[in-house]
Formats: sequence, structure tokens, C-alpha cells
Amino acid sequence: MEAISSVSGRAYPFGRKNIDTDIIIPAKWLKTISRSGLGEGAFETIRAEEGNIFDDPEYAGSPILIAGDNFGCGSSREHAAWAMADMGIKAVIAPSFSDIFSSNAFKNALLTIALPQEAIDRLIEVAQSDPIHINLENQIVTTDFQDRFPFEIDPFRKNCLLNGLDEIGLTMQRDDAITDHEASLQQQHPWLVPAQ
Amino acid sequence: MPKTLYQKIWDAHIVESNGDTALLYIDRHLVHEVTSPQAFEGLRDAGRTVRRPDLTLAVPDHNLPTTARMDPSGTIIPIADPQSAAQLAALEKNTAEFGVPYIGATDRNQGIVHVIGPEQGFTLPGTTIVCGDSHTAAHGALGALAFGIGTSEVEHVMATQTLLLSQSKSMEVRVDGALNAGVSPKDLILHIIGVIGTAGGTGHVIEYRGKVFEEMSIEGRLTVSNMSIEGGARAGLIAPDDKTFAYLKDRPMAPKGEQWDAAVQYWKTLRTDAGAKFDKSVIINAADVAPSVTWGTSPEDVVPITGRVPDPMSFADPSKQAAAQKSLDYMGLSAGTKLQDVEIENIFIGSCTNSRIEDLRAAASILKGRKKADGVKWAIVVPGSGLVKEQAEAEGLDTIFTQAGFEWREPGCSACLGMNPDKVPAGERCASTSNRNFVGRQGPGSRTHLVSPAMAAAAAVTGKLTDIRDYK
Ligand code: SF4
Repeated sequence: MEAISSVSGRAYPFGRKNIDTDIIIPAKWLKTISRSGLGEGAFETIRAEEGNIFDDPEYAGSPILIAGDNFGCGSSREHAAWAMADMGIKAVIAPSFSDIFSSNAFKNALLTIALPQEAIDRLIEVAQSDPIHINLENQIVTTDFQDRFPFEIDPFRKNCLLNGLDEIGLTMQRDDAITDHEASLQQQHPWLVPAQ
Repeated sequence: MPKTLYQKIWDAHIVESNGDTALLYIDRHLVHEVTSPQAFEGLRDAGRTVRRPDLTLAVPDHNLPTTARMDPSGTIIPIADPQSAAQLAALEKNTAEFGVPYIGATDRNQGIVHVIGPEQGFTLPGTTIVCGDSHTAAHGALGALAFGIGTSEVEHVMATQTLLLSQSKSMEVRVDGALNAGVSPKDLILHIIGVIGTAGGTGHVIEYRGKVFEEMSIEGRLTVSNMSIEGGARAGLIAPDDKTFAYLKDRPMAPKGEQWDAAVQYWKTLRTDAGAKFDKSVIINAADVAPSVTWGTSPEDVVPITGRVPDPMSFADPSKQAAAQKSLDYMGLSAGTKLQDVEIENIFIGSCTNSRIEDLRAAASILKGRKKADGVKWAIVVPGSGLVKEQAEAEGLDTIFTQAGFEWREPGCSACLGMNPDKVPAGERCASTSNRNFVGRQGPGSRTHLVSPAMAAAAAVTGKLTDIRDYK
């Protein structure tokens, strides 16, 4: 995974609630067997709307998306995170995220930052004309004005993101513990995890 | 300290824990064609193998056309869409290369991944089960901790048979009393989602408790637990009981003989202890639940079938007002319209929510000796698996469906998400037994009303959304 410590730049002042992963990337784009190129299908139904912010030159290439409550609900498709990364988004700020989406986003070094609705409202205002800054190390979102919004992040995830750690590699170093657990399961419940 | 069922299963699977994050052992991993190619690719690129192919089971379902898969001479009919064909070929090739057990498209056991898990006895109480699909929540109906994962996690499980997770909070949804006549498990779960909202269970694992679930069949429990994700919860759970054990006994992959007895002994301990605390609790009176239907583009947009399309301004939250107006525009509905006046052009009976034998029986009992209305242009039944299809045919249900004007199809996800050719045309309505009424879910521009199998069948006959209680 790519290491990430901060994201700075313009943000899409999107703000909508309950954006599901079918909206982020519709099913017809899921037939790919690769991770790249999905940006083309990202937010397709929204981009069909006249005057949508994703096609507004003002926000072209913004690294941050500001959204409403329950962002990324619905299907578990990681294609949603891949599509957003492919369109250049590096962080999403919203009041809440679906569990699966934030986990998928994390695996792709896409930050999901939960802030209260008042903070979101303010950031949407700022985003109309000015950049937003996210500092992962200090866990804070700031603007060029007086705004300072601290956020929470799981310490394990933070460490992986800051250092670009590969989770699978990390877990494989714990192979002895996994093997021990399997052996004890085999003893207790042979029907559950058969001996190999 | 008394523990919840969730806590018991969680604790039994911790390999290591640092307080915040636990390395959790995964007992069973289901794989399908859409969310696995990039995971296999990742393993290949890193020179890794699948650690426990014997605990993994792969089956194609999302892309497969539901038309005949073999011609009368037994030759496999190629898939027309080149991208679907490539994705299906990739699953076949990847499972062969990594030694993962694979149920192929023409195997009689093939079906939707969440239908075949329980059916094969791959899903067992007290296990941890994952799949790159959010409706993995379904398997919780058997008392398994089952949840959907993304493709990077699919790769992680394949490589290590574990996942790094932080524990969710616990939530109970208790439904006491008894469901009224004509009210099905689907109506109940739609009602629950209407009450808690689509973010109501976010960050939680829901345990469904109370008399109603104890009385409910395993198939009904699968319908309920399946839609936990629509309520925001990653997983649903129902404590295993004698019904669960009877359902699983003699399934191909379930334990046998002495091992079966030992397993049942253990499964009997899998209940929430008296006095255990839930982080959140929702109590619903079964008598309040009516046959339910959705009017909008979020699964929480639920009303009783006797209700009317709500006025967007009736919602307290201004953002919900705007969302409701958008939904109504998309759905082509206006506030105040009686749901029972809404005309339907398409009927879909299928999906991992409602494609098991009981669902097909419920629909067939309404359709017997009747025909679909002229206004209904397209009506299909897609059984959840080859075994469900065989059983239905043995009971003559296929004849009832075809005589009523339905198409009788091969198993798969089909119009639930429209990745295969089964799509609802733009601007048309569908009474669907699936689980998501999102914008474009059943095809670009499609308008979905989520209902139970019996309500879908009744809508086919009248050409409108219909109260099953008026319809004998
Ligand atoms: S039937 Fe629908 S919800 Fe179920 S696994 Fe298939 S696409 Fe997903």
C-alpha cells in the first residue's frame, strides 16, 4: 500500500446522504477483472444530471470529496473505492460511513474521515472556493481560515496508512499463531476445521 | 460475565488481539466471480497460495445468464457478453490454479452463493463465514457470524484464513407476539428497516430475538438475516435451535455421525446468556407489522401496502425531504397516491432474499389456476439454486408459474442486480422479491418496489401492487 500522511486541495462539495455503492459505481462496471480504469464509470448516474459537480471544471481533479451521512452503504464492491481512487480522490469526509466501505477504502489508502454534520456544513461552504487540508499524523482537518476539526482514526489503520504497510504481509508474519489456533480448533471441534 | 451470542462467537475466533484490532480466524470462505479476480491476481503477483482451499467454496452466480446453459445434446452454450464470459472463465481458471473447490455453471448444485452455503451444509452454527458480497449476512440465520468483505479482504482471507477486524457493537431487535396472517418474514424485515433506517445498524451486529424468530422457519430466518445489511448492520444473527439442527442434518458438507453429535452439543451453547447487555435495543410488536412495500429508492422507504406514497415535506429532516422528493421523481410517483393503485409492468421472483423453496411455494399458491394481468409484460421466477429448481419441479411449481405466464429460469442473481441480461427496462416498474431498490439497481432507469414472494405473485395477477390479505 502507498503511504499517505496528508491530503490538501480542493474538495467536491457534494453533501448528499445515503450514497450507496451502486451510485458510486453501477453494476455494469463490475465485469472487469482488473482494479484500474473504473474512474470512467464513477458516479455515472449523478454525472448524467445537468450541472453536476463532478463535471464542473471548478472542481476537476479535486482530491477530497465531502459527502452526507451513511456514505458507501449497500454492496461490498471494492470497485467503489477503486473507482474513486481512479478519479483522483484521496479522502472522503462525511458524518458516517458504511463499515464495509471504510474498510475497503482503507485497503486502498483512501482516507474516510468522520466529522459531525456542523463541520461538514462548514467544509461544504469553504469548498465552494477554497482548499481543505487533512493531516493524518495530527488527526485534524483545517482550512485557510480558522477552522480546525479533529477526527478519530483506529490506531492500527493510522499506522498502516502512515507507513504504507501491506496488511497481508503483516498477518503472514503471524503464521505461527494462526497455526496454533487451527490446531486447537482441530482438537476441540474436528468437524469445524479438519486436519489437513 | 454473561455474554451475547455475538461475543461468544467472536471470542472463540480470536487468534490474537491488541485491544483495538483482533486477528480473527475465518472458518468458511465463499467466493464468486465478481469480487474475486483481483484477489487471485494479487496472490499470483505476490507468489502466495490459498492457505485453506478446503475451507473455501467457489460458485458463479452474478453474471450467469438464467437462460438454458446447455443445448439438448448437452453442449455448453457460450455466454454472449464477452466481459461476463471473461469474468466467469477467470473464476474457473483461478479456482483450478489455486485448488479451490468449485461448483460450475452447469452443476446441479450451482446457485446463488448465499443459497448454496446453507443448502450444502457449508454454513454451520458458531462459524465465521465471509464472502465478497454484502448479503453474506444471510448465513447468520443459522447462528454463524457471517459478513461481507471487500476484494482486498478476500485476498487476505485466501492468503491467511484470517481477517484483521475491530469488534462491532451489539444490537438486539426483539419481536414478540405473532405475525398476523398474510405477513411474511420479508414483510417483517422491510418493516424493521423502515423503523431503524438504513443506518440504524451501522457499526453493529444485530441479533434477532423473540418468539417470532423462534417460530420462524430457517428459510424465513435467512430472508430476515439477509437484509441486515439494508439496516446498516454488517451481520445478523439468530441463535441456533432444534429447527437449525434439523435443517442441517445430513446436508452434504455438514458433520456426520459422532462428529454431528459433538457439534450439536456445542451449538446448543450458542445463545445469548441471560443478563447479557446489548449496546442498542429495538423492540417491535409483531402485531404492528403489515404486508409491506417500498415506495422510494432506499430500503428504508417502507409503508404498509394499505398506505399512501408519503409527502416529502412530512419528513422532519430537511435532507430527507430532498431525498424523498428525488426518489419520487425517479420513481414517477406523486405524494398521496395509494400504493395499491400503482401499476406494475414487471415481476421478479428470485434473489438470495427470496428464492428458496418456501418462497416459490408461497408465490405459486397465489398463482395456481390464475394468469398474469395483460399489463404485466415480463414476469420471471429465478430459483436460488439447481436443487431448489429440482425440488420445485418435483412439486409441479414450474407448471403453475409457466401457466400463469411466468418464465421459469436457471439459478443465479439475475434481475436482482442486472449484471446478466435480465434487466427491468428504463422507466418501468418491477415488483421484486430482491433486497435493494436503489436507483438503477435492476437496470438503468428501473423502478423497484420491494415485496414478499406472495405479494409479487398477487401483483402479477392484478397488474398492481396488491394487499395479499384481500386476495385469497
Ligand atoms: S441475489 Fe442479489 S443480493 Fe443476492 S448475492 Fe446476488 S446480486 Fe447480491
